[in-house]
Amino acid sequence: MSNPKPTMIEVRELAKTFVLHARGATIPVFADIGFDVDAGECLVLAGPSGIGKSTLLRSLYANYRPQRGSIRVRHGGGWVDLAAAQPHEVLDVRRRAIGYVSQFLRVIPRVTTRDLVAEPLVALGLDADVARARAEALLLRLNIPAPLWSLPPATFSGGEQQRVNLARVFVVDYPIYLLDEPTASLDAENRAIVVALLVEARNRGAAMVGIFHDREVRAEVGTRTLDLADLQRAA
Amino acid sequence: MTEPLLRVENLAKRFGATLACADVSFVLRPGEVLGIVGESGAGKTTLLRCLAGQLRPTAGRVLYRTRHEGEVDVYAIAEPARRLLLRTDWGIVHQNPRDGLRLEVSAGGNVGERLMAVGARHYGKIRNEVSDWLTRVELDPARIDQYPETFSGGMQQRVQIARNLVTKPRLLFLDEPTGGLDVSVQATLLDLLRSLVGSLGIAAVLVTHDLGVVRLLAHRLVVMKDGRIVEHGLTDQVLDDPQHPYTQLLVSSILPV
Ligand SMILES: Nc1ncnc2c1ncn2[C@@H]1O[C@H](COP(=O)(O)OP(=O)(O)OP(=O)(O)O)[C@@H](O)[C@H]1O
Ligand SMILES: [Mg+2]
Repeated sequence: MSNPKPTMIEVRELAKTFVLHARGATIPVFADIGFDVDAGECLVLAGPSGIGKSTLLRSLYANYRPQRGSIRVRHGGGWVDLAAAQPHEVLDVRRRAIGYVSQFLRVIPRVTTRDLVAEPLVALGLDADVARARAEALLLRLNIPAPLWSLPPATFSGGEQQRVNLARVFVVDYPIYLLDEPTASLDAENRAIVVALLVEARNRGAAMVGIFHDREVRAEVGTRTLDLADLQRAA
Repeated sequence: MTEPLLRVENLAKRFGATLACADVSFVLRPGEVLGIVGESGAGKTTLLRCLAGQLRPTAGRVLYRTRHEGEVDVYAIAEPARRLLLRTDWGIVHQNPRDGLRLEVSAGGNVGERLMAVGARHYGKIRNEVSDWLTRVELDPARIDQYPETFSGGMQQRVQIARNLVTKPRLLFLDEPTGGLDVSVQATLLDLLRSLVGSLGIAAVLVTHDLGVVRLLAHRLVVMKDGRIVEHGLTDQVLDDPQHPYTQLLVSSILPV
């Protein structure tokens, strides 16, 4: 590749409004957002609570459906506009290009922590034993004790669940990561472990968009800031 | 890009003056699980029976891509050809296991006769494969010769699942597969279905009113109201960012999933 820092995400004129029919309410969240994110960059989404940071992040994962605009991501040698893509294309982009760390882990009944973390690798066609070994290595690095690996994470502490959630995403070397407060319920020691993991991924060339309420994390992982409050004032 | 396995075009079913479903169109790709949700009476089961070759639609077409002969119109082919598809390519898991099992045949017989229907003849091999499948659905293979009547509802449902998966169908139709079972049995069955469907790459159409079940099993979701599709999308899109008033009501009326 000629350009070592190619653009990975290209957002244009993105608008999102929630229409809550039963309450007859319309909630405009943003009307015209545009930005690029290059490989090796971490764009920090900033602004006060309720401004729409998580809504934007979820839109980038095609979890929320914007009314207008485009979200182009580099994928498989071309570009896919997630705001217009067919469902199976979105699933393919999620499987291979974008890792999304939600604020809370979604536990799957009866599935062990080890298998939960290995699952995205298995979905990419990796041998189950190899996938489990990689899952264990990452769980170890994220300070999840081995006796917990064979249990479903339903009973884990908030901080443990958050690290399992991170492991399930970072077990794959995605070109793009979306992070919604990935260190919110971690103590200082575990926060440092997670920050090291994020910085390592960014330095390897991953493009990231993140919401970090912790100022130190923001300073260490972030490379640029998009303040949604500024955008709203400008509009 | 993989071609659709099933294409449904403007399907409608009328019972006398009642329109059970109308204007239903969608495609299903190999390995894809499509959930159909909506309250009772929304036309879900009628639609499923129309898709599965069991109930001739009043209008519209159901097109299925066969292994060797390209796409066929499920209701334009002769009855024996349709029955053959049902044996070789499709599986149907009914809400009530009694509708999907033959009660006068042993548990092992229920599973084994599907293998025989697609040409298996060697008794010892059939018995081994049946035992293997009973184990996979977490039933004690020692009970192979017992009758379904002697099994609990959850165990009967597992026999029904084994009966439908033993021939490795390409397409599975599931009607409330965990309805009427207690919560822990439901979790076991869901886990089982999730891993089996995932590892075998089977496509499925899953009808349920349980949004937790579709969250776990379905890639895509169709929401039906009064026999029509009011919303469709990826499962997480529809559940997390519902657009239609009816979907918003459905999602907000239940505990978070
Ligand atoms: N699924 C949804 N349906 C309806 N409204 C929603 C939905 N998700 C978010 N909103 C609304 O959109 C607005 C932006 O919320 P969002 O969660 O994006 O804020 P945020 O900036 O992430 O806040 P915080 O810092 O508190 O996490 C809020 O008014 C919120 O109520
Ligand atoms: Mg938020």
